[in-house]
Amino acid sequence: MGYPHKSHPRETPILSKYFGDPEARTLEGWKARGGYKALPQALATDPVAIQNVVKESGLRGRGGAGFPTGLKWSFMKIGDGKPHYLCCNADESEPGTFKDREIMRWTPHALIEGCAVAAHAIGAETCYIYIRGEFTEPIAVMEAALDEARKAGVIGPNACGSGKTVNIWVHRGAGAYICGEETALMNSIEGRRGNPRIKPPFPAVAGLFGMPTTINNVETLTAVPHILNNGAEWYKAMSLSSPKSTGSKLFSVCGNVARPGNYEVPLGFPFKEFLYDLCGGPLPGRKFKAIIPGGSSVPVITIEEAEQVKMDYEGFMEFGTMMGSGGVIIFDDAQSMPKQLARLARFYAHESCAQCTQCREGTAWMTKILERIVAGQGTFEDLDTIFELTENMTGKTICVLSDSCGAPVTSGITRFRGEFESLITGKRSSTVAVG
Amino acid sequence: MPDQKLVNVTIEGRPVSVPEGTTILEAAKTAGVLIPHYCYHPGLKIAGVCRMCLVEVEKMPKLAPSCATTVAEGQVVNVYSQKALDARKGVLELLLINHPLDCPICDQAGECELQDYTFQEGRADSRYREPKRFNPAEDFGGDVLYVTNRCILCTRCVRYMGDVAGDRALCVEERGDRAKIGIAPDHDLSHAWAANVVDLCPVGALVSKDFLNKARAWELDRTASVCPNCSQGCNITLETRDGALMRMKPRSNSEVNHFYLCDEGRLNYQWVDRGDRLEAPMVAGQAVSWEAALTAAGAALTTGARHVVASPSLSNEALWLLKQAAGVGTFRVAQGTEAPLPGVTDLARRADRAPNATGAELLGFTRAANPLSGAGDVVVIAGDDCAGLDTAALASAKHVIFLGTAAPAALPVGAIVLPIANFAEEEGTFTNLRGRVQRYLQARPAPGFARAGWLAMAGLASAAGKGGAYTSAAAVFAAMAKAESAFAGMSYDTVGLKGQTAPGARVNA
Amino acid sequence: MSHGPSASGGAVAKPIPGHHHDEPYVPVFTAGSAPRAKLDDILSRYPTRQAGLLPALWIVQDERGWISESAMKEVGDVLGLTAAYVKGVVTFYTMYHQHPVGKYFIQVCTTSCCNCMGAEDVVKAFLEQTGCGELGLTSADGKYTVIEVECLGACGFATPIMVNDDFVDSVSVEKVPEILRKYA
Repeated sequence: MGYPHKSHPRETPILSKYFGDPEARTLEGWKARGGYKALPQALATDPVAIQNVVKESGLRGRGGAGFPTGLKWSFMKIGDGKPHYLCCNADESEPGTFKDREIMRWTPHALIEGCAVAAHAIGAETCYIYIRGEFTEPIAVMEAALDEARKAGVIGPNACGSGKTVNIWVHRGAGAYICGEETALMNSIEGRRGNPRIKPPFPAVAGLFGMPTTINNVETLTAVPHILNNGAEWYKAMSLSSPKSTGSKLFSVCGNVARPGNYEVPLGFPFKEFLYDLCGGPLPGRKFKAIIPGGSSVPVITIEEAEQVKMDYEGFMEFGTMMGSGGVIIFDDAQSMPKQLARLARFYAHESCAQCTQCREGTAWMTKILERIVAGQGTFEDLDTIFELTENMTGKTICVLSDSCGAPVTSGITRFRGEFESLITGKRSSTVAVG
Repeated sequence: MPDQKLVNVTIEGRPVSVPEGTTILEAAKTAGVLIPHYCYHPGLKIAGVCRMCLVEVEKMPKLAPSCATTVAEGQVVNVYSQKALDARKGVLELLLINHPLDCPICDQAGECELQDYTFQEGRADSRYREPKRFNPAEDFGGDVLYVTNRCILCTRCVRYMGDVAGDRALCVEERGDRAKIGIAPDHDLSHAWAANVVDLCPVGALVSKDFLNKARAWELDRTASVCPNCSQGCNITLETRDGALMRMKPRSNSEVNHFYLCDEGRLNYQWVDRGDRLEAPMVAGQAVSWEAALTAAGAALTTGARHVVASPSLSNEALWLLKQAAGVGTFRVAQGTEAPLPGVTDLARRADRAPNATGAELLGFTRAANPLSGAGDVVVIAGDDCAGLDTAALASAKHVIFLGTAAPAALPVGAIVLPIANFAEEEGTFTNLRGRVQRYLQARPAPGFARAGWLAMAGLASAAGKGGAYTSAAAVFAAMAKAESAFAGMSYDTVGLKGQTAPGARVNA
Repeated sequence: MSHGPSASGGAVAKPIPGHHHDEPYVPVFTAGSAPRAKLDDILSRYPTRQAGLLPALWIVQDERGWISESAMKEVGDVLGLTAAYVKGVVTFYTMYHQHPVGKYFIQVCTTSCCNCMGAEDVVKAFLEQTGCGELGLTSADGKYTVIEVECLGACGFATPIMVNDDFVDSVSVEKVPEILRKYA
């Protein structure tokens, strides 16, 4: 639901149904709302059978990459004699994305249940929930819920009386966007700098502490108990884009919009109605101009393009962008695109882990050029340099942070070139979208 | 290599077969192609961070980091495709945007991989118009100075200290373009093997304080040699300018020292250029010709019981000829603390602070705490590091024959003095503590009339009527190999520049 | 070519003159102490001691307000790591303070999603009304340090700020005086 606003009738609140309901935070309150039904059954079920249900449901990772969850789990060799680990990625640091925060704040047990089911499904006895350090409230809520769950025997050495061990611990981050990258996240848990690792080896082979590991996003894990309770068919049928994109998805909406918040809709929902109906359209007297639909790392599109989008993994790609983490950033006609894109580039420059040359140097250079253009000191050559620099920074590094810096910038220049040219020539800033 | 599976790949059109698990970068070397790289080093764990070694592999969607990609059967690798060249050019441009371009005052200039690869594949200009990042230089302790602005963050130094030296004294500090190599206040680079980071650094970021502003790389003459400072026998290169030794650098040898040299070894070289050298033969305090000196020495040798004290820093060749001329004797080895390099098997700065104690032992000389105890009629002192000589015993000897590079204080005025070359001025071999015989070459002429150790000893042997007509160190070695079973079958050819274990050596001594 | 700062130097606290020493250092993890017990409990969750590094640093910061080089050495000694290694980790994560900061450490999100909603004005208001004057500097009374922070993950609640461990959503310029009254 569109927390902090009232749920919109056209939403499909599965994961967000109890946002804003403090009683949903307790174990008792959560059980009263239908929680912890799936877990005891799951613990008595063969892990591979659970993997198959999730595969069948078509659930794809909600953190940004959209990898099929059941398939990811099936890479874990059950019974290989090694300790397996589950990491829940609650680092939620992608600008524009704030859905996991609300899941953890309001429905901590929903995540605990999802983690416990997934841990069992991949043969893991230990799960670490890696929460970004700034999320002090979600951390406190999760810790309290975990304490409660441990004391009640829901998790622990004999989870739900099943004889199985499911330990879940919170690991607090300390301020690093890149720790949302799964291998950087593992390094961070291991007490290292949050540097992404070279792949291969992939986490399912050698992950956390060198052992087979699965990393899943908060929203992904939270969806799992619902799928087990209601069946794969239910999950698929909910979507308007089945079978490629299934289920519901939380979209975080922010920026220049009347009702920012989290909205849960079935995949395949029309973006235009989403923006104007659910989110209430633009602020009074303004017009939507540009949208970054999947968190700041994806290409920016114009409102004209956005109005044609079907909200699913494929729908956004048709317009050269991505659904990503579902963080919808909206800029209206009062905003300077060069300024906002320069600010975004600075974000990446600040967050680069410093390993790869292209990223360490490129993100900073990009930022300096853009800031100079915004200050009215730019040249037309600078725009060419930015495109060539982006080419240099794309597809050449260990992780995609470097690519993510270039994507919104170059797509923004392509679509809003007039604004950049105005700054360069010193003529009045144009807010007319081109391309 | 037993049953190692070979993989066939084509690199730049050249087919090569390499063992399974080989990286593309190493496979390319066998095809004669050196793929530019910075963070990769064969002695270190793979980091894959500089992204300089990107190559195009057919059927792979993205460029592959060749240091971190293993070969696969049938792979076709294009190192110089336009896509790969563009990517590497891009990396070079980015590495230089914040670089101070201070090559004229940088010690690395001339042997800098940033210069070399930029010359090879980089842009002719820079598009960078912004202010450069700036950080002051830092003294890292030991012999290491960190010139922050030149650093390309390849992390070779961090990995070396952590994984090879076993001492995580360095880290990458901060992130983004604020990142630099960091060190903690009370834990500097005083590790016994720390200065290797200077050699490992592909650019001028980590430089030697000892070598700072001393010479330009292109002025240096380089000579293969063996470190004389302990019995490990690390392979080195002597780097001289106009005959003066500017620095000693490790020379890679996977059987001995891999890529490394300890700090004490590399920095203990000033004595090589000492100013108080003996330059002419002397008898009774008067400079004489070699003939006159050798004649006097030959005569002296026959006048009574001989007492020979040898230096474990003399070559095998010199020691063997000494044995011919005057018989075997004793030697003393200066002792120091042992300091292993944990990441390399059987590599340490050894307690025996001399290069050829094993050679001396194989030739029949015996180790003694006090090499000159009791008097003889004739005392032969061969070599400089014969400390602990008994002055009274020397004074009571009828004749003293001294072969060395500088006169010890205790030397009686009447001694016969034969000036010899030090290890940088002659050719020869040392036998390290594992019995590995290793050649060292001549880097510069000996001063004045000083002669190579083997040549002086050969003269002494001739004068004593014990043969000794040799015209080269190789010939002496060949004769020694025939005469001494410990060295049977060896020659300079078989020893080569990487060494060979002597058959007579007790391998696990 | 002039020399300049990095492209993103704004988001760090700068040292307070004369306050960046903690000598003689009093250890945090003394035997039998509460922080030690807390750390030991946390260490039991992980197969390696090194994994306790981030939690240990949090404990130090909770106890001391910042992480000095002596503290890095202590944490290293406790976990079997070198001070340099710990420093590499501390400096990677922006939430660990390498210098003492004001009693109230105010972080204002200014990344695009908040930026387009007026976050820069919020920063300006805090800088003016706290007397800090400049980003990263601590006010003369030692009470406040204000920095810009990258995305706090509450983009729908522009502008979110953090005052120490407290999250405050939807901060506008008008709300700044009220917030400063609360944290006085």
